[in-house]
Amino acid sequence: MKAHASRLIAARLGLALLTLLIVSAVVFGITGLLPGDAAQQALGQAATPEAVTALRHQFGLDQPALQRYFEWLYLVVSGNFGTSLSNSLPVSQLIATRLPNSLMLAGLTALVSVPVALFIGISSAMFRGSLLDRVLNVLTLSTVAVPEFLIATIAVLVFAVKLRWLPALSYLSEVSSFGGLLRIYAMPVMTLCCVLVAQMARMTRAAVLDQLNASYVEMAILKGASPMRVVLRHVLPNTIGPIANAVALSLSYLFGGVVIVESIFNYPGLASLMVDAVTNRDMPLVQGCVMVFCAAYLLLVLIADLAQIVSNPRLRQR
Amino acid sequence: MNRPANSSIHHPGTELYDMGLDEIVSDLAVPEPELAGPKPGVLKRLHRRFSVLGLIGLVLVVFWLIIAVIGPWIAPYKSGALSSVDVFAGSSHAFLLGTDYLGRDMLSRILYGTRYTVGLALAAALMASLIGTFFGLIAAVSGRWVDEILSRLFDALISIPSKVLALVVIAAFGSSIPMLMGVAALAYIPGAFRISRSLAVNLMTLEYVQVARARGERLFYIARVEVLPNMIHPMLADFGLRFVFIVLLLSGLSFLGLGVQPPNADWGSLVRENIGGLAEGALAVMMPAIAIATLTIGVNLLIDNLRRRGGRGQGAAQ
Repeated sequence: MKAHASRLIAARLGLALLTLLIVSAVVFGITGLLPGDAAQQALGQAATPEAVTALRHQFGLDQPALQRYFEWLYLVVSGNFGTSLSNSLPVSQLIATRLPNSLMLAGLTALVSVPVALFIGISSAMFRGSLLDRVLNVLTLSTVAVPEFLIATIAVLVFAVKLRWLPALSYLSEVSSFGGLLRIYAMPVMTLCCVLVAQMARMTRAAVLDQLNASYVEMAILKGASPMRVVLRHVLPNTIGPIANAVALSLSYLFGGVVIVESIFNYPGLASLMVDAVTNRDMPLVQGCVMVFCAAYLLLVLIADLAQIVSNPRLRQR
Repeated sequence: MNRPANSSIHHPGTELYDMGLDEIVSDLAVPEPELAGPKPGVLKRLHRRFSVLGLIGLVLVVFWLIIAVIGPWIAPYKSGALSSVDVFAGSSHAFLLGTDYLGRDMLSRILYGTRYTVGLALAAALMASLIGTFFGLIAAVSGRWVDEILSRLFDALISIPSKVLALVVIAAFGSSIPMLMGVAALAYIPGAFRISRSLAVNLMTLEYVQVARARGERLFYIARVEVLPNMIHPMLADFGLRFVFIVLLLSGLSFLGLGVQPPNADWGSLVRENIGGLAEGALAVMMPAIAIATLTIGVNLLIDNLRRRGGRGQGAAQ
């Protein structure tokens, strides 16, 4: 019954859209409605009530909150986030120039961290309880808890200050060759990878262990299959779903991690744009960035869910 | 009655540490037996409950808690005192951890900052856990609709990455101590809600709860007497994790200059203030970051230990 799987997928899609809608309401509520009267703030305390009323009308602030929300939502859906307050460029244009940089950083980080994490996770699950497993457990447990800026400062101290191999700041305009690319991205990617690998490895280990406890594994061992064969042939196919889930969830950590890393290395990505917007209290820009972040996060979670559905043969073919 | 314990959107925080909800719940299903027989000595009990690493974690946590209380009294200099003309000095007899970018004693700065880092995070984690547990219980014991609405709402909140949510709120309301506490709590309420809800939903299916329902007890009674006491242990572990996340979140915000504002400083702001000394390899940058790491790693080790030994202790007692 393929219909069952597609019905599940449709339900997940609907759920993601509903969540995005609620998120947009929350974001608009926090940034648009709660902070008080933008007209009063723009004119200052000395403004006459008439002037405030006029400006409020001009901003559309005298409309009911719900109507303002839907008008804003309509604009956002059509890709118009308004203009930035600090440099009066369209927000969508600002985001469009920064987004590829962030995607590049995230993509490279994923490319490096996923294989490493899967290797660590699976091998520590295979040798559960061994010295290797315990050492890896303490290592990942500690790395998860370390703030990104500690890793970043240590990296800068070692590679930029002491060894002078890498530049401390990322200037993307200087990228001309593969070597240059490597030099620019080495430290931001390394910093992000540290925490990411630790998280992902822990979740992968848990997912694999979960399967290793299943009775079919015991059966395979009793039949005399080698440990290698048990893991590769019996366990791994069953863990694709949970592992995909683990990978997607860990990658979602990137949305928080990049905020710090981009601003340490002065990397021109979306997160540093957002931090600047928050510092300048540039609301349209903040709203735009947040919506992009949340949409990306939901997309990741959605992909994880779909991977879980698709990788489960019981749902795929019957 | 049998509602699914997990809805489709997961939160990294709930799965980061390889506990898995099922594991906690299966721990739960075993009622804690009273230890019979003569009580062993304090040292022996300590040894049975803590491994070496767990003990290290305990010592670190207790150390920082004590420092948070007595820090300002044992600090060799006043927090703001410009005590040296030598900026970014290394370790010396007068200044154990060197001096900062204005020539202030770093040890005193860190001792004073402990209150902000530990105190704020403790308060916020307590708020997040209490409010999250409260709503989780309500969702689990009351009807389908309440559960559905609460779950959708918190799922939406969860899909705003915590750092991004914090940035939005700070953009709207500015940064003050109560605001920071509120925003950190808000960011981690959904996680606490999810965990407590799934624990409670699973508990609700157990016989003794069903017996209580059959007796005709009120929902409030069931939540308070039958369900809540059995959730305390896993919720405490969860509280520790939430504390770690909140420490990292708040120090990250301070590092971006959006957290605790000068003249007050938590450890994150200390790193930010002194980041200029990184090129000289100053102690002033590294020490606060290392302080954060020792605190969060300590909590992590302690929780990991309690989870392992807690389960084993029960098994041994049976």
